[in-house]
Amino acid sequence: MTTTATPTPVEKLAAGTADYLDQRTGVGTFVKTFARKIFPDHWSFLLGEIALFSFITILISGVFLTIFFVPSMTEVHYEGPWAAMNGVEMSEAFASTLRLSFEVRGGLLMRQIHHWAALIFMAAIVTHMMRVFFTGAFRKPREVNWVVGFTLLILGLAAGFSGYSLPDDVLSGNGLRITDGVVRAIPIIGSYTSYFIFGGEFPGQDLIPRLFTVHILLVPGIILALIGLHLFFVVLHKHTQYPGSGRSDKIVVGYPLFPIYVAKAGGYFFTVFGVIALMAATMSINPVWNYGPYDPSPISAGAQPDWYMLFLEGSLRLMPGFTEVVIGHYTLSLNVLIPAMVVPGILFTLLAAYPFIEAFVTGDKREHHVLDRPRNRPFRTAFGVSLLTAFFILILAGSNDLIATHFHMSLNDITWAFRVLIFFGPWFAFWVTKRICLGLQRKDRELVLHGHETGRIVRFANGEYIEVHKPLDAHERWLRVQHEAIRPLEIEPAEDSRGVRRKGYGLDRLRQRISQTFYEDRVEPVTPAELAASHSHGEHDAIEPTTEHAPAELTGAVGGGQHLVDPQDETTADGRNR
Amino acid sequence: MTNHDAGHGASNEIVTHEPGALPDRFQDPGHPDHHARLGDNDPKANKKAELQVVALFGISVIATLGFLVAYFALPPGDTPESMLRSNLALGLGLALSLLGIGFAAVHWAKALMNDHEKSEDRHVQRSSDENREAAVNVLKEGAADSAIGRRGVLQGAMISALALFPLAIIVPFVGNIGDDWNVSKFRHTMWKKGTKLATDPSGRPIKAADVTIGSVFHVIPEDLHEAEHPLDEKAKAVVLLVRLDPADLTEAEDRKGWSYDGIVAYSKICTHVGCPVALYEQQTHHLLCPCHQSTFDVADGAKVVFGPAKRPLPQLPITVDDEGYLIAQSDFTEPVGPSYWERLAR
Ligand code: HEM
Ligand code: FES
Repeated sequence: MTTTATPTPVEKLAAGTADYLDQRTGVGTFVKTFARKIFPDHWSFLLGEIALFSFITILISGVFLTIFFVPSMTEVHYEGPWAAMNGVEMSEAFASTLRLSFEVRGGLLMRQIHHWAALIFMAAIVTHMMRVFFTGAFRKPREVNWVVGFTLLILGLAAGFSGYSLPDDVLSGNGLRITDGVVRAIPIIGSYTSYFIFGGEFPGQDLIPRLFTVHILLVPGIILALIGLHLFFVVLHKHTQYPGSGRSDKIVVGYPLFPIYVAKAGGYFFTVFGVIALMAATMSINPVWNYGPYDPSPISAGAQPDWYMLFLEGSLRLMPGFTEVVIGHYTLSLNVLIPAMVVPGILFTLLAAYPFIEAFVTGDKREHHVLDRPRNRPFRTAFGVSLLTAFFILILAGSNDLIATHFHMSLNDITWAFRVLIFFGPWFAFWVTKRICLGLQRKDRELVLHGHETGRIVRFANGEYIEVHKPLDAHERWLRVQHEAIRPLEIEPAEDSRGVRRKGYGLDRLRQRISQTFYEDRVEPVTPAELAASHSHGEHDAIEPTTEHAPAELTGAVGGGQHLVDPQDETTADGRNR
Repeated sequence: MTNHDAGHGASNEIVTHEPGALPDRFQDPGHPDHHARLGDNDPKANKKAELQVVALFGISVIATLGFLVAYFALPPGDTPESMLRSNLALGLGLALSLLGIGFAAVHWAKALMNDHEKSEDRHVQRSSDENREAAVNVLKEGAADSAIGRRGVLQGAMISALALFPLAIIVPFVGNIGDDWNVSKFRHTMWKKGTKLATDPSGRPIKAADVTIGSVFHVIPEDLHEAEHPLDEKAKAVVLLVRLDPADLTEAEDRKGWSYDGIVAYSKICTHVGCPVALYEQQTHHLLCPCHQSTFDVADGAKVVFGPAKRPLPQLPITVDDEGYLIAQSDFTEPVGPSYWERLAR
């Protein structure tokens, strides 16, 4: 806050640098456009940021690890401070991981930071995706960015799996063994695909160097590029915002990038990194020195992959073996193909394609920037919850042995229970969620029509008791009535006025059918007429504001029911309301 | 940009209407009023928040110095305890150094920076009609300049060249990446007639007399370490050996000669997707694969009794040599491990 006319040396330096840069890059225009760009605020928008910041943490710790890790399968005899492994034969990869853990100062911390950050990265991506899904942020114009995000999820799985396998310990080795078994099950090209990956027979001599290249160059490179694209789209489309008063599809309401988000996002980066460092300091993860180097023979029960791979493990566990069939001389391992490829294939395809499915069904071509409250889209919310339920059941099935030992139950019974549950669970979750959404919407209607319960009972002169209801203020009410209930599509008849069958009728009919399944059950938001009716029908609430509340008591808005808007304003309201 | 401070509160005027004239939908009441924070009106609270931010940055500085001290003073040492101690000290130092900065910045933004919401217009993504038309025209002009539309042969030549050149990269890549691509190696293991069964990992040959009823041996070929790549061979050749009471043993007619006095040897590689099958339950003679819990009955040809595997574990035909050591009669008679497409093809 200098008021002096003569600039300080610092200011002079800054001005000089800015001038130098601007003359060569025109950065001034860029700063003018972006520095004060508006971003809406909500805690759930942080999830994507956490994914970004944990990825940066991964990059920083990963570069550190790269310097000391030796991606080689050459066998060596261990000599070093970890006495339990002295003289044991192991790959250089494993030996260098031990060196990183015991001899490189801060190396163990970096390993644990890297691994914890990877787990948080995946968790943040998944929850971020849930936020986008349940609020309908994927609607036009953001479908493309949904696909970019989906690709990032898949790449995250690839990054995690390739990294987990690098230390060449016995656990990750068995993970690779399973990969080999799954790949071999692919019809016709399975054996060759296995050779393609392992450079010959499993485990071979090439795998760790190959995984290393994939893990530190290929996958992070693509992730980085896609994150760039993802964020570019966010700026281009401007961020979505939750519904509320003063918000519409025409404007974006929030705080400027500089200084608010520069400070907040910068702060959150350090916080995420700090929390991960705290986890790495206090919680051991992947203590490979206890597992030992890869050896095809030993294995321990209860071993678990990182959480994001568990659903595959569970899916493999549930499939009964009889589904392996032999056709002529050829073996079709459906007992592996279905759980490892078909089931995840279906789940992931549904996830990736959902925005396009919904757009097809609604026939909605408008841009959407105000988010949906999940309850107002019962079908979508229920569908999302049922997908999640399927994933969750598979994750649990991937821990069926731990469940069995922990609860002293029969492993076979548990497996059978999950076999039933994987069909029944998602369906049940769908049904329950849809009911809950519709129930919440009805509750919203109730609130708008009758106001909050106050717990105050008054007695009328005629002896009747009623509870006083406090009407919603205009902002509270708007939140509950701003949405449109999507109705099933109406289509043009099959034949035109001259009785000629219309082209495209079949597709329209299909679309209408799906649209009916999606939107048959719905609760419409309260209309001004309904509210007026509820008040003029002599309900107790209607007289309540005037009899019970002094206007001063109602901050903001008075007499929820009475103050209805002018229809003139309505016609000028944003163009969505057709 | 619009500032939302001034008078965007809800409109409170009561408008009355004939019931028939009511609109279909409610109208947006407009942006709610700004709620002042403690520090906005109270300079003392404001100053306090500023001091808190300073203190948080201070914590970060101290923690970084602490980290450096721990780095020099606490080597990881050679016990798990000293290692974890060093890790804890370094980790806490780093964590506080980062969290100090993080909390300071967020607190600063939340408590001290201007928190008045602003708004900005959105614009539809679609280009204007004029721009679209101009874009099409530009492309048309470019295409006309190149005259690509009229030069059919050139078009074909260009497409062929572009389609073919990646072969020069793909062919060597694919050619080399699968080694010799000889997938028939899946059919064979190191076991051959006369190979001694040895314990894993010591490599000591096993005498039939040393195998008591109910005991389990994890077995490798005795000459495993002479192989060029022992780990690769081991991944196929590991065997699990069990001695049962011959009365408990059910043997197929054509395999009667494959066991020795109740001792049976099975491939340890699961026929599901290849984990080592390692958990043996003596009472039931069941062998459990820890990966997906396929369960095999060792007393009955290692047939699958539960789980996702379909086929029994391949059996290694064994016998004893003159000195009483267990030896293989031959290699496995079928490929070990997971199923694959051409497993049964000849
Ligand atoms: C894109 C997201 C990434 C994920 C999800 C990820 C995940 C992992 C995981 C789970 C491990 C096993 C760590 C252990 O417990 O030892 C690992 C190891 C490793 N990662 Fe990453 N990583 C990622 C990116 C990177 C990058 C960008 C680099 C380097 C620039 C890198 C370098 C390494 C190295 C050298 C190892 C082996 C170190 C060791 O085993 O101690 N990673 N990674
Ligand atoms: S690998 Fe043995 S059950 Fe899957």
